[in-house]
Amino acid sequence: MTYLAKPRLLADVQPRNAIGFTKRDYEGAISTLCAGCGHDSVSAAIVQAFYELDIEPHRVAKMSGIGCSSKTPDYFLGASHGFNSVHGRMPSVATGASLANRELTLIGISGDGDTASIGIGQFAHAMRRGLNIAYIVENNGVYGLTKGQFSATADKGSKSKKGVQNADAPIDLVALALQLGATYVARSFSGDKDQLVPLIKGALRHQGAAFIDVISPCVTFNNHSGSTKSYDYVREHNEAVNRVEVIQPRQEITTEYEPGSVRRVMQHDGTALLLRKLGLDYDPTDRNRAMNQLHEWNAKGEILTGLLFVEEGADDLHHHLNTVAKPLNQLTQAELCPGQAVLDKLNAALR
Amino acid sequence: MSSTTPGVRPAPSHLHQVVDCQWACPAHTPVPEYLRLIAAGRYAESYEVNWWSNVFPGILGRVCDRPCEPACRRGRVDEEPVAICRMKRVAADLKGDISARLPKAPVKKNGKRVACVGAGPASLTVARDLALEGYAVTIFDGGTQAGGMMRSQIPKFRLPDSVIDEECGYVAALDVEVVLDRWINSLGALRSEGWDAIFVGTGAPRGREADLPGRAEAAANVHIGIEWLANLAFGHVETVGRRVVVLGGGNTAMDCCRSARRLGAEDVQVIVRSGFDEMKASPWEKEEALHEGVLIRNCMVPLAFEHTDGQLTGVTFEHVEVQRDARGKRALMPTGRMETVACDQVLVAIGQENTFPWIERDLGLAFDQWGMPALNEKTLQSSLPDVFFGGDSALGPKNIITAVAQGHTAAVSIDLFLRGKDVVADRPGDRITLASQKMGIHEWAYDSAISDLDREKMPTQALELALKDIKLELELGFDVKKACNEASRCLNCDMATVFTAKTCIECDSCVDICPTECITFTEDGTDDDLRTRLKAPAPNLEQMLYVADGLKTGRVMVKDENLCLHCGLCSERCPTNAWDMLKVDWQVAHAGSQAGSVGAEAAAVSA
Repeated sequence: MTYLAKPRLLADVQPRNAIGFTKRDYEGAISTLCAGCGHDSVSAAIVQAFYELDIEPHRVAKMSGIGCSSKTPDYFLGASHGFNSVHGRMPSVATGASLANRELTLIGISGDGDTASIGIGQFAHAMRRGLNIAYIVENNGVYGLTKGQFSATADKGSKSKKGVQNADAPIDLVALALQLGATYVARSFSGDKDQLVPLIKGALRHQGAAFIDVISPCVTFNNHSGSTKSYDYVREHNEAVNRVEVIQPRQEITTEYEPGSVRRVMQHDGTALLLRKLGLDYDPTDRNRAMNQLHEWNAKGEILTGLLFVEEGADDLHHHLNTVAKPLNQLTQAELCPGQAVLDKLNAALR
Repeated sequence: MSSTTPGVRPAPSHLHQVVDCQWACPAHTPVPEYLRLIAAGRYAESYEVNWWSNVFPGILGRVCDRPCEPACRRGRVDEEPVAICRMKRVAADLKGDISARLPKAPVKKNGKRVACVGAGPASLTVARDLALEGYAVTIFDGGTQAGGMMRSQIPKFRLPDSVIDEECGYVAALDVEVVLDRWINSLGALRSEGWDAIFVGTGAPRGREADLPGRAEAAANVHIGIEWLANLAFGHVETVGRRVVVLGGGNTAMDCCRSARRLGAEDVQVIVRSGFDEMKASPWEKEEALHEGVLIRNCMVPLAFEHTDGQLTGVTFEHVEVQRDARGKRALMPTGRMETVACDQVLVAIGQENTFPWIERDLGLAFDQWGMPALNEKTLQSSLPDVFFGGDSALGPKNIITAVAQGHTAAVSIDLFLRGKDVVADRPGDRITLASQKMGIHEWAYDSAISDLDREKMPTQALELALKDIKLELELGFDVKKACNEASRCLNCDMATVFTAKTCIECDSCVDICPTECITFTEDGTDDDLRTRLKAPAPNLEQMLYVADGLKTGRVMVKDENLCLHCGLCSERCPTNAWDMLKVDWQVAHAGSQAGSVGAEAAAVSA
């Protein structure tokens, strides 16, 4: 936490992306979270992802609910649209935003409380409907704003800062998202931007419900030896299944890989995801196997990270609803009120 | 370049080099410290900090060569460096009466007598340092006033006599005897007077001659620049020709041409062999000269003085082209194109030379093949153990601040020599102390906010007034507001970012907040390799990487010192205090300093 804003010196001479913005142009207000909060790293990763994807900040809507994580949209993309909604109700507001203007890039920021507790119902429906959003949960296993009680994602047997053991079973949001039909499901760690940034980029380019569970340690209440969401624990138990490279439609693939080590998944907009397999034998396009492997590793106390599932050629809510290609908020009176003759015809069809 | 072991602070030399201005200053004046004092309105203390380090804050605040400014970090992250030099003058101008702050010489002397030859900056520094240690110091000078070339060569419109009088006076007030009007013409005779040690600070008093055809015939109107300036300073010259040619491209040439303009010359041309950018004169001096209506012409080599009936009529030049070979070595290629520049007077300012006619060659004082005294460059002791050198007379002509630095060095040597110590082995080292500046989660003992103000322009006298009066000081100095603005531009490079790997939890907070992206956590490697893997490119090889290992993941923390703003945000964002801002107080050894050096490691214990 700091009172100082980042100095502007050198800000204008920094490298620019294809549309002429510097990384600083994707930043927001100075964070008021605790020093060392994983959420700030996630914000930095989001800044990096938007910068690398050459997305215009004013064509983005950042949605959130309530909580430490839900504060963070103030700390990135200061020139974007945003809505800080009621606790746990971000998915429905985001759904409305998506329906009203399908041309905006939608990013939702939530936490384990906002999504796995009060907002679990809304989360479930956003996933199953295929809302076109990059839905990021900054998951630290505790309610930081209310001083560190266990949240619904805290592992059974893990300890609070005071030493109390958690007796309740955890909700695994990744498992839930897989089961509910999300078409891009990933898990990552705030302390590993090399992994996280491409995952966010892939999610932003995914057409449909993209969900990333980011384990983001709470330095103040949940970064101790009894925690399973501390920097040390996650580093020791992190099993990455793959590394992702996001290739935009106009980009050439320059990285060379050994044959057979890379899987290429095409997204709707022509973006290619190159998935480089790591040690584990893992198929990220098989939903059932993904769920099984996830459960196996959960049982071992290990954390599977990477792009755990992606559905090639996935589609979204607009496709399901067969809405017009033009954003609804741009439809004019002529299109919305086509006149008496059309109404008469419609009425006649209902008789 | 600079790696540390777990838990150990970066090496003292690393911390020194990060303070670019102080590192670049020959006397290592603690620049950020005195700028902060000015910002706090503590002018007298700021003056004091300067006085201990460079002895002549008021003088240097006007005419220093400013090696600190091209080094200033601000110049790398902003358009212009901090106006470090002129801030010294602010301290001098606004300090009020500081006599109570300046030390007194000990009443009880140590019984040793030291003679200094020449009353320039080097001798005055030696005298200052030694007088405070109880030595009886006598300075001899052939002139009528102390100050040496600061007095005789620098025009009064740049450096008024009153400033020289004041600062030479502070030295004399330390029971230093200044014997003027006494020209030392024999080192042998001086030695036989029984001095315990002799310091030679006689400068580089001979202007280089332009040995060209017609020189003798046109002698009445051709003058050596430094001699002409001295005559001007002491009132022996009051007029100048209407058309003046100045040969040479250094600061003396600038002083000559600007003085000539003030004496009424209408057509003043500085004609230089080299190109404009390669001229030795400080950029700001060239700028001032141009502003005052001087014409600077480049790539012209003088061939002959033209004359009729013993009267100078002009100088003939050949135009040359600057060419560089594959290794970048410069060569001036003749073009065959000649030009005669008509003029009434020529001032020759093409360099200065040392000359030691007064040192008998049979005393045992060794000279090298270039006629310079053979010295140990670290101690400035000559082959006669009781004779020491400093300033322009030691290692060749440089500048005032170098003379001061060499004065300190020679004083340390003289002190050791007279205490029967070895001038090399027993030499005191520099002292460095580190003190944390953290006063709260986001409170610092220094102003960590980064100013985005532009460099203040120095207000000057109106040109028509300045050109009318050769003694009228051109620069007016900064007022309080300008001084505060300028001081706020300092990036406080002496507030070192010091990293403790063992407490780091690798949360990336510092990486994310750093406004210049100078911090990276990555796999270890060589310097060259690391530079290719940093978050922001690190192309400036003159600036070090700060590398720390000992992290839990086995990675290293790499910080490119090049563009660090010392804003302290890394430290504010650090949840475990692995980053701290430690003030580097670096005290260069002076005469009387304790032997041995206190390094950062030892000091860190108390930090």
